[in-house]
Amino acid sequence: MIAARDQILHDIRNSLRSGSRVPPETEAQLEARLKNHPAGLIPRRSAGLDRASLLALFEAQVQMVTTTVARVKSLADVPAAIAEYLTSQNLPAEAAVAPDKLLDAVPWSQRPLLKLKRGKPAPTDQVGIAAPFAAIAETGTMMLLSGPDGASTLNFLPDTHVVVLPARRVVGPMEDAWRRLREARGPLSDAANMPRTVNFITGPSRTADIEQKIEMGAHGPRRQHIVLVEDDSLA
Amino acid sequence: MQSTAQSFKSNAHDALGDELLQKALEKLRAGFPEKRREAVSRLPEFEDLRDQGRDIKNHVLANLDWYLERYEDNVTAAGGHVHWARSPAEARDIVLSICRRLGARTVTKGKSMIAEEIALNDHLEANGIVPVETDLGEYIIQLRHEAPSHIIAPAIHLVKEQVEHTFREVHTNLDPKRLLEEPRALVAEARQILREKFLAADVGITGANFLIAETGTSVIVTNEGNGDLTQLLPKAHVVLASLEKIVPTLEDAAAIIRLLARSATGQDMSVYTTFSTGPRRTGDVDGPGEYHVVLLDNGRSALLGTVFQDMLRCIRCGACMNHCPVYGAVGGHAYGWVYPGPMGAVLTPSLLGIEGTRHLPNASTFCGKCESVCPMKIPLPKMMRHYREREWEKKLSPRAARLGLGAWAFFARRPRLYHALAGVAARVLGALGRRRGSFYNLPLAGGWTATRDMPAPQGRTFQEMWRSGVRRGA
Repeated sequence: MIAARDQILHDIRNSLRSGSRVPPETEAQLEARLKNHPAGLIPRRSAGLDRASLLALFEAQVQMVTTTVARVKSLADVPAAIAEYLTSQNLPAEAAVAPDKLLDAVPWSQRPLLKLKRGKPAPTDQVGIAAPFAAIAETGTMMLLSGPDGASTLNFLPDTHVVVLPARRVVGPMEDAWRRLREARGPLSDAANMPRTVNFITGPSRTADIEQKIEMGAHGPRRQHIVLVEDDSLA
Repeated sequence: MQSTAQSFKSNAHDALGDELLQKALEKLRAGFPEKRREAVSRLPEFEDLRDQGRDIKNHVLANLDWYLERYEDNVTAAGGHVHWARSPAEARDIVLSICRRLGARTVTKGKSMIAEEIALNDHLEANGIVPVETDLGEYIIQLRHEAPSHIIAPAIHLVKEQVEHTFREVHTNLDPKRLLEEPRALVAEARQILREKFLAADVGITGANFLIAETGTSVIVTNEGNGDLTQLLPKAHVVLASLEKIVPTLEDAAAIIRLLARSATGQDMSVYTTFSTGPRRTGDVDGPGEYHVVLLDNGRSALLGTVFQDMLRCIRCGACMNHCPVYGAVGGHAYGWVYPGPMGAVLTPSLLGIEGTRHLPNASTFCGKCESVCPMKIPLPKMMRHYREREWEKKLSPRAARLGLGAWAFFARRPRLYHALAGVAARVLGALGRRRGSFYNLPLAGGWTATRDMPAPQGRTFQEMWRSGVRRGA
């Protein structure tokens, strides 16, 4: 093992620099590049947009990938919005809910018929409800984190993925989503700050492996629905 | 997997006569290029993003040893393990020993070209462990005991009737009268069967689209979500990756992700892009208990510092093969090994040597389309030309071709003689072929006239016409 490691590194150095290591001045540049992690070119589509344009772009992009969106004013409207959606899809009023602070703050008791189970999903659960850390307007993408308050399997096992998204969590490009995570957690080069799993999800699961015909629900959710909460007091 | 690249010519011949394959390829030619074109047209910065992607990868390759060491440190700090493998045999043994230590009976697999390169499934099977491919295309070809014919659409060579036939043959516990004509029904059936496999697997193996030095993270990109169920549910997540998958930071990954799906399937972004760092943490609700990365060299370190270094920028999007007239005519299996199309015509000789693979860099019209669509701007035709030169230097091409080229070179170095002889040849052939305007067959040109007519010259050479002042077609 050590032999393989040393030989591979030795072979690389032989090919690149007649056997020598990266010189100290280069090494300082490489360290600085990692420390500053500069963002590259951000497409105009998603750069420097105000809130209304961000949300408009986000909605347009998610619709392109067949995700549906319902806008509500506040967290108090979320239970009704989800119950209505489940009814419209002929789904049972049952769901696994991520053990997330935002979702804990939703007044679920307004809809007593909605049967909820907090925590990771069982393989038989048909609906999962999650809250993304951020959402990316450029591509209509949800960014979801693993951890004590987020179950990654909830994004994949249930047939229906419901996402509760405060409007302020919508950013322009993926680079801004990483910046928010760095601001919230500290340097991500420190393993304690970087979640085990960061899922970027753009629409429902799909495949085109048979004759290039797109079919939804290959392995993950067949449908995805976003409840966008406009309340600006929600972080 | 055993290479049959030395039989490219007969492989290609068979492929051209295979009706079902031709039907499937027709769909490919109509599908991918158009989708890519639309996606690119929606992003005006695409060309600048290609330059940026190329520069990021060039920067990494020039400092690869440093980034690899930093990457390893960060994987370890996050509780994961990096295993270095010089050869496919070393990589296979590492994976097997992880599986054995965990008492694994079945492993699920996300799509990984490295797994194909090291022929992992055969090795696991031979040692009593059942590998289950979970990408729909990979699952289909695993059932059919076939190799992938495309790096992102492994079953692109099949039509739905063939998939239906295979499912009926293998899924014998299901109702034989069930309807399976539409892709939708086939997808649903595979989903149902593979869901049980995901839940039962002991180890999950995925590939990696990127490895991030800054954080010790591996990234996979899928549309189905199979790679996520593969890595989240079992006891251990094993990542197979080659050295050159490294990028410095999360921002660099974000920059290249903009290019990847657009070039591949014409999506702005694939459905699932997943960043995985180490095993499940204390307090996590789910996730694998162990995290391992197998880093494979297999000849790549030797490409650094050579004319073939640029090949290591490849992000495996498949755009080159989707736009290649040769791939589009013969499909992926004709290339005889893991990597088909233009990228395979360069990578296969790079990893296996030119001796048994010399036909591949010749399987090109040099139309240049591959380079023009490559998100990493890899000069594929130039590198194929380099391999043709090596083929010549190593005297690997047939004697007749070498003699012919040698004779041509003799005259080409003597321009006056060349022009004189070309003028004579043009007049003689022009006179002989005047009546029909073309030849059914010509001595020394059988390779051409066996399959098509050779047009007869019209009496004078281009050089003669140019010198006498002709500037337009008469």
